[in-house]
Amino acid sequence: MVNFLDYIWMIPLFPLCGAAFMLIFGKMIDPQPHSHVALADGVGDDHHAHGHDDHHHHAAATQFLVRIISPGVILLSFIFSLGAVIQLASKAEKVHQVIQYTWLAGLPFHMQDGRIGIFTADWGFLLDPLSSVMILVITGIGFLIHVYATAYMAHDTGYYRFFGYLNLFVFFMLMLVLANNYTLLFVGWEGVGLCSYLLIGFYFHKKSAGDAGKKAFIVNRIGDAGFILGMLLLFSVLGTLRFTDVNHALTNFHIEDGHFGVLSCAALLLFVGATGKSAQVPLYVWLPDAMEGPTPVSALIHAATMVTAGVYMIARSNALFKLTPETSAIVAIIGALTAIFAASIALVQNDIKRVLAYSTVSQLGYMFMALGVGAYWVAVFHLYTHAFFKALLFLGSGSVIHAMSGEQDMRKMGGLKSKIKVTYLTMAIGSIAIAGIPGFAGFFSKDEILWQTWSSPLGSKAIYVVGLTTAFMTAFYMWRLMFMTFYGECRADEHTKKHIHESPVAMTGVLSALAVGSVLAGWLGVPKLWHMPEVFSTFEQWLEPVFASEAAHEAVHEASHDTSMEWTLMFLSVGLAVTAISLAYRFYVQRPSIPESIRQSSGPLYTALLNKWYVDEIYDFLFVNGLCKGGGTLLGSFDRNVVDGGVNGVGWLTKFISKVSMWWDTWIVDGLVRLVSLIVKLSSYPVRILQTGSTQSYALVFVLGIVAIFGYYVTR
Amino acid sequence: MDAIFFYIFALITLAGAVMTITRSNAVHSALWLIFSLLGVAGLFLLQKAEFLFAVQIVLYIGGIMLLFLFVIMLVNLDDAAKQRQFNKQWPLAIACVAGVGAEVAWFLRKGVGMLPPPVIGPAPTVGNTEMIADVLFKDYLLPFEVASILLLVAVVGSVIMAKKRI
Amino acid sequence: MGPITTMHYLVLSSALLLVGAIGVLTRRNIVVILMSIELILNSVNINLVAFSRHWNQVHGQVFAIFMITLAVAEAAVGLGILIALFRNKETVLADEVDLLKW
Repeated sequence: MVNFLDYIWMIPLFPLCGAAFMLIFGKMIDPQPHSHVALADGVGDDHHAHGHDDHHHHAAATQFLVRIISPGVILLSFIFSLGAVIQLASKAEKVHQVIQYTWLAGLPFHMQDGRIGIFTADWGFLLDPLSSVMILVITGIGFLIHVYATAYMAHDTGYYRFFGYLNLFVFFMLMLVLANNYTLLFVGWEGVGLCSYLLIGFYFHKKSAGDAGKKAFIVNRIGDAGFILGMLLLFSVLGTLRFTDVNHALTNFHIEDGHFGVLSCAALLLFVGATGKSAQVPLYVWLPDAMEGPTPVSALIHAATMVTAGVYMIARSNALFKLTPETSAIVAIIGALTAIFAASIALVQNDIKRVLAYSTVSQLGYMFMALGVGAYWVAVFHLYTHAFFKALLFLGSGSVIHAMSGEQDMRKMGGLKSKIKVTYLTMAIGSIAIAGIPGFAGFFSKDEILWQTWSSPLGSKAIYVVGLTTAFMTAFYMWRLMFMTFYGECRADEHTKKHIHESPVAMTGVLSALAVGSVLAGWLGVPKLWHMPEVFSTFEQWLEPVFASEAAHEAVHEASHDTSMEWTLMFLSVGLAVTAISLAYRFYVQRPSIPESIRQSSGPLYTALLNKWYVDEIYDFLFVNGLCKGGGTLLGSFDRNVVDGGVNGVGWLTKFISKVSMWWDTWIVDGLVRLVSLIVKLSSYPVRILQTGSTQSYALVFVLGIVAIFGYYVTR
Repeated sequence: MDAIFFYIFALITLAGAVMTITRSNAVHSALWLIFSLLGVAGLFLLQKAEFLFAVQIVLYIGGIMLLFLFVIMLVNLDDAAKQRQFNKQWPLAIACVAGVGAEVAWFLRKGVGMLPPPVIGPAPTVGNTEMIADVLFKDYLLPFEVASILLLVAVVGSVIMAKKRI
Repeated sequence: MGPITTMHYLVLSSALLLVGAIGVLTRRNIVVILMSIELILNSVNINLVAFSRHWNQVHGQVFAIFMITLAVAEAAVGLGILIALFRNKETVLADEVDLLKW
């Protein structure tokens, strides 16, 4: 029996090998057939627009190896993860740490209280309940999405490149969740950001895709700055970055040791990092634009895994956040704000993927709300269920787009439910799940979040109300999507209508698998209220060791449990969900004129929502134009006037000095010389007269001389 | 007797000199110079310098003055005779020379008492010419030879100076 | 009139010198200037001979011979120069030979 626990380092290794193989040898095994798609600049992945039947066979042959290897390595990782988790479950203390190699050992570092800490960063892996949930989600759903993508991306150039990047992404994500210290987590953090950029900008021929990739990377970077600062601040207090040591130090933390403000700061900065990666207000702006990437990318990265990295990181740092209730409150508030903000925008979007993107942002807001009120296991539970149904919804939308030959605008869809049955059914299941109908996955996790916001000591009624409203809006916009897409009359043009067809088995099979998951996944976290057997509460128990004091917390909580309140709130949320669905039905199926009239009457509000509350424009104005261009102008004028002015000034000074020197030279130095010559000239006038040229006058001078000489002797 | 001859010869000399320097006609000047030189020769004779008397007449008058006359003939001085004879500096010149004269007079005045009395020796046994020859060729042989070279140089020089094309 | 002493001769020679000097300095005609120079030389000869008589030696006369030799040489060369000058400048007036005038 293989001891999978010893081989957890191989879990990220498989996708890395896959990526390396793809990116290095890809061109050789998959020489690109000439594709018609190169310079599309229309709506999203419109390679489906052209008849692809003739390409199918040709492409399939060369892409065979890629199709086998790429999902294959993910499957291997999944198997190893499963094995490791099963073995972990049988261990007494459910934590297994493997330190491969200590890198950067022994860098001395001044700590807050004057001690010298030693900065070490290990290349080490930590498998505990939390990371086990994450690796199963990543590899499991990742594998399904890889299979889906083998069919979805079949007509694209760069097939091997896509899978190379996708494998690379899975590698980095696994590094992120398996890391045993903050620095290695950060390596994974950065790596997924990189892969996100590469994959969003996959259709690099389109300017919008390139811009979206850049936006994602840059906004992420802002968050990363916060993350690094938080990480280092934490180190300066605790002297270590290993999770086990950090959590140990923090749980035994004594307030009178001081550093409380520093810890709050560190927590807040880490949260800033999470804000960037997990698309919370104000750094969520990259996620809707990231829909420029292919649909499998949206499903894997921007629904199931990468955006949940922030949630994971904060869950991992739960000891820190438990110590700093103010920061937790901020987390909850931001989460709530994000949830309702994004949901409001999603109400009026017309692009099918945009609705799902804002929905993701909104659901992430839910997860942060849960983290903020101290219900860490609930957040992870919602992460887990959300992965299923959001991936399902994205892949389903991909299937719809595929059927509609590249059309993404819902206003041009309709009446598809009889034509693409499997897609319709699976998406319906996903939508019911996200709306929070009992029995499906989303209900259990979302309801638990709402209950926690109401009842937790860290929660507040206001946050509950926000959460409830968002739930209503979520159900509404999801079923608006469903009704507009599948019901009513088909509003597409004739050409598109003729081509509507169901997707290949690879895609529909995955959709079905995820639909099953969306139903069953939630049954691991049934509320205690229902008094069901223990097995249905596995999730909470499983994560208990990680969120250590949770047990004690819950125990206290149980005593004052207001069961009737919980039933009331449960019925309230379900009732609202049903109301929302029926309202959507009325608006979009029965009386399509109603939304139209609402749009007319609430003109400015509608425009604001349609334009995403103008956030992008504000950012553009403030930061892009204001800070960057303005800063550029400022620095430019500084450079021109001060720096160049200094240089010019030196030049002017030199010229001036040279002028003075010239004046000196001309008038003083030359003047002296000319003075001498002037004296000679002036004195020559009288002397000149003596040169008569006449010898007799010279003789006269003789005689004069004689007179003088004799005169001397006479007078002596 | 001596005195009368002295004064006569002195008069000839001085009168001739004055006339020399004042005539406009160059030939007249030359002739008056000859007249003056004759006076000088006479003075030599009075001083018992017979050889010099002869040399003066033969050489000076017969040589130099003849040379002068030849050159005057060669050079056409008719135009020169019609020109102004005295140059512009003559007042200053006369003043200076008068000054020199005054000073010389003063020296003579002062020195007249300092002159030792003349040396009266025994009557010479040999003639003046013999005495001169005796001194000239014994004590002054070198100057004699140098003088001959000087004459050679003068001859060559004057020939070259006077040639039309060297 | 007292006896003719050497002083008389000295005075005479001085007077002759002065006359000659005047001639040199005053006359424009170069020939006359040369003749005036001869006068000066003669005055010197008179002086020499007077003193030779005074000292009852013959050295003064010998010197006078050399003086005459010199006078000959100088007159010859001077007249040669005059001829060359006349050939070039067509004038025998000293005033007109002033090429070295400033």
